[in-house]
Amino acid sequence: MYVHWPFCASKCPYCDFNSHVRREPPDEARFLAAFAAEIAHQGALAPGRTVGSVFFGGGTPSLMQPRTVGAILDAIGKAWSVAPDVEVTLEANPTSVDATRFAGYRAAGVERVSLGVQALNDPDLRALGRLHTAREALDAVAVAQAHFPRSSFDLIYARPAQTPAAWAAELRGAIDRAAEHLSLYQLTIEPDTWFEKLHRAGKLVVPTADEARALWDVTQEVCDAAGLTAYEISNHARPGAQSRHNLVYWRYGEYAGVGPGAHARLVTNEGRIALATERHPETWLALVERDGNATVSREVLSAESQGDEFLLMGLRLVEGVDPRTYEALSGRSLDPRRISALVGDGLIEPRPGGRLAVTQAGFPVLDAVVADLAA
Amino acid sequence: MTRETLDTIRNFSIVAHIDHGKSTLADRLIQLTGTVAERDMQEQMLDSMDIERERGITIKAQTVRLEYQAKDGKTYILNLMDTPGHVDFAYEVSRSLKACEGSLLVVDASQGVEAQTLANVYQALDADHEIVPVLNKVDLPAAEPERVKEQIEDVIGLDASDAVQISAKTGLNVDQVLEAIVQRLPPPKGDREAPLKAMLVDSWYDPYLGVIVLVRIMDGVLRKGMTIKMMGTDAEYEVDRVGVFRPKMQPLEALGPGEVGFITAAIKEVADTRVGDTITESKRPTSEMLPGFKPAQPVVFCGLFPVDAADFEDLRAAMGRLRLNDASFSYEMESSAALGFGFRCGFLGLLHLEIIQERLEREFNLDLISTAPSVVYKLNLRDGETIELHNPADMPDVMKIESIEEPWIRATILTPDEHLGAVLKLCQDRRGVQIDLNYVGKRAMVVYDLPLNEVVFDFYDRLKSISRGYASFDYQITDYREGDLVRMSILVNAEPVDALSMLVHRSRAEARGRVMCEKLKDLIPQHLFQIPIQAAIGGKIIARETIRALRKDVTAKCYGGDVSRKRKLLDKQKEGKKKMRQFGRVEIPQEAFIAALKMDS
Ligand SMILES: Nc1nc2c(ncn2[C@@H]2O[C@H](COP(=O)(O)OP(=O)(O)OP(=O)(O)O)[C@@H](O)[C@H]2O)c(=O)[nH]1
Ligand SMILES: C[S@@+](CC[C@H](N)C(=O)[O-])C[C@H]1O[C@@H](n2cnc3c(N)ncnc32)[C@H](O)[C@@H]1O
Ligand code: SF4
Ligand SMILES: [Mg+2]
Repeated sequence: MYVHWPFCASKCPYCDFNSHVRREPPDEARFLAAFAAEIAHQGALAPGRTVGSVFFGGGTPSLMQPRTVGAILDAIGKAWSVAPDVEVTLEANPTSVDATRFAGYRAAGVERVSLGVQALNDPDLRALGRLHTAREALDAVAVAQAHFPRSSFDLIYARPAQTPAAWAAELRGAIDRAAEHLSLYQLTIEPDTWFEKLHRAGKLVVPTADEARALWDVTQEVCDAAGLTAYEISNHARPGAQSRHNLVYWRYGEYAGVGPGAHARLVTNEGRIALATERHPETWLALVERDGNATVSREVLSAESQGDEFLLMGLRLVEGVDPRTYEALSGRSLDPRRISALVGDGLIEPRPGGRLAVTQAGFPVLDAVVADLAA
Repeated sequence: MTRETLDTIRNFSIVAHIDHGKSTLADRLIQLTGTVAERDMQEQMLDSMDIERERGITIKAQTVRLEYQAKDGKTYILNLMDTPGHVDFAYEVSRSLKACEGSLLVVDASQGVEAQTLANVYQALDADHEIVPVLNKVDLPAAEPERVKEQIEDVIGLDASDAVQISAKTGLNVDQVLEAIVQRLPPPKGDREAPLKAMLVDSWYDPYLGVIVLVRIMDGVLRKGMTIKMMGTDAEYEVDRVGVFRPKMQPLEALGPGEVGFITAAIKEVADTRVGDTITESKRPTSEMLPGFKPAQPVVFCGLFPVDAADFEDLRAAMGRLRLNDASFSYEMESSAALGFGFRCGFLGLLHLEIIQERLEREFNLDLISTAPSVVYKLNLRDGETIELHNPADMPDVMKIESIEEPWIRATILTPDEHLGAVLKLCQDRRGVQIDLNYVGKRAMVVYDLPLNEVVFDFYDRLKSISRGYASFDYQITDYREGDLVRMSILVNAEPVDALSMLVHRSRAEARGRVMCEKLKDLIPQHLFQIPIQAAIGGKIIARETIRALRKDVTAKCYGGDVSRKRKLLDKQKEGKKKMRQFGRVEIPQEAFIAALKMDS
């Protein structure tokens, strides 16, 4: 179950997520009622399931009142049964203000937080337009670790002018503070962001492909040495500490999604359907209040689309995919000549039990590998 | 029988270097003689094809009949033929000249004598024409009529003291051109009573009227309803229509000696007519045939393939349609391992190639890939046979070949002195042999013999760029000469790409190969593996580049459950891949085939 909270204290210049800044705090009671309505709506579309994980993402969910979080969890419990070991994660921004609410989230039922630390030096944090300092972020990490049994934080690397040596040092510092899980994303210049404008004007220079590759390589070295190996292209965890929620996406499982701009994949008697809701928060709210849901796009996925999505998601995982699942979804099989060529190039490898996985050398060119296999 | 002088008729061509103002002068003559009502006038009236109007150049020669009341009080019939200036269409000029007794030689007074001025004036002299020099564009501040007169006298050896100084744009002194035509150009001669003898000057296809034949009557009278015979093809037709161009078609009952006009008959295809043929009356044929013209020979060949294989039949139909109107281009089916089914086409030159390709794409909505332009080689085989090679991919085993001959041209280049060094170097680099070096006023005139194969790719572009647009160029094919030619193949990831193979001179192979490999390196996107690109002669690699394997392309950001966006990107990638040609594991973008052949050095 994914719940999207679409508001942030300010808009980061690299961010293209569905996040909005409002001068007045949103009316949480109204939003809560709308969330509950969408949860009930999707509960009716996919009845009888057991919820194994809940993820509050954003935006900045740590701007929500803890009681809103609790009430949303209650609504989920009404629509479906909930697994006893349910994983409830909340994305939080590492500012001192957000940290004051951590105890409340824990009390509301959140067991895991994911903090958007992004960088551990102040000049880079400023360049990324973040509202917190490195000190403040590390303090928030400590508070989180004190309150939640499980936690993780995100870093963005391959920043302008970042050297492998500086990044390795920063990353080692991060691992020292990390509990069990780290997400390490290379900075992506997204369309329609402020960074894209700067980039196009030549005012923001990102690492070249070779430099980005060197940064990627050093990331794997440092994490491997620290025992925090990758289980997904950008995610590292100690054994057993993987994000169960994200694994559902990557294994192309079933997930509901509520809130502005949320996505869902539900298996119904029509087949696998893709749902997306209205992105604009207030429009979303109005739609839900009128219709009981704000689904604006509903697509019964074709066999080809399902096969493609399965590969796009599954090949991100170190464990790889089962080609038989691909066959069942897409109705065709992967081209054995392409497979053997890619195996020959050292980019993918067969795994015991007939699975197929991208290698360490393959991950930095994953998009091209998927495009080749899906062609 | 006597051939009387037809005093009130004048037939003349307008010849000049490209853009010196032939068509504009034709406009003024049409206007001044009141041939077209003022409100129907438009610029470059005779350039009727879209592509001519867009590019502002004449491709097809055009005829128009003017009636002019001269100062001597008599009314004259003037048959004007506007001709193209570009060297690719020199053939159009030569046949127009054969239908006339005189020429107006138009020279841009600000530019002076250029290469095609010379080429065209020599053709006119060969056709025994009287020539009236006309200095055009005297309205331009840069015009130097006195200096240009000197050039005409020095270089061409033509008396320019009576040259008419005009501005075709403003109309200044154009009336003097009309007087000069009447007074200085000779009238045609002919015998009205003799059996019909007419020259088939040109023919083209009109969607409403079918094939239209342009004729010049030498002797006799051509009447509507008459049964005529084409002496070269022995075909007989009944004449449906007879008339003249003003410039719209105007029907008449008959055309008499010295006149130029059109006929239509039940002729199915342009290919049924032979340009230069003699037309006579079936029941009273003439005893002598006109000498005829040498047919236009395609000199540059290339393959044209549809981007989408499903368009092949449409391409075939389009080629057939274009060919109805332009018998100077040829095509035959061809298949390529790389590009599938297409056509091997022959053209008069590179501009002609470009124009045909553009018309196919535009008028017929086709996307085309063209392969390396090539010339026609003569292969002398060990078994004594000689074959013509239009496509390097068809080259037989080298062991069977005794020798290879290639076409040579004689090129005349005029250039401002300061660019002479660069021009000489270019010619020298292209295996040129200097024949002459002279001065035309302040401009150098160089004559070089060059292999056509060194010229077809980009010689003209290079010449223009090294002379900042000031050099002009003209050529004629002269002969075939034996050359140390080899077939260079291009291997991409160790697989030969037939569409990129070419014949080159051994001494130039390495440089060519290197440039090709460098270009392809930039044109082929990075793949997941390293791609060697090699140029080879037989088994020997003469140049090599490597496209490095992709190092990083992933955007593995967190996007939660929103996989739709990624899927759309993947769909786009799949679409893009469809537009590539697959060679083994390598995908080559279509543009690469043409772009790789444009040499910059
Ligand atoms: N200033 C000036 N420009 C002129 C004059 N005559 C022609 N031009 C311009 O020169 C350019 C070429 O004129 P055209 O009449 O198309 O030349 P052309 O010789 O028919 O060209 P091709 O058929 O392509 O060989 C046009 O832009 C005309 O407007 C003139 O007397 N004065
Ligand atoms: C859903 S986002 C936002 C979470 C939270 N609001 C924050 O900013 O801390 C999750 C993560 O994606 C990563 N991210 C966002 N935009 C990115 C970009 N343009 N390039 C790379 N990573 C990005 C950041 O590490 C971020 O923490
Ligand atoms: S806080 Fe997170 S979601 Fe909000 S704008 Fe910044 S990166 Fe985007
Ligand atoms: Mg013209």
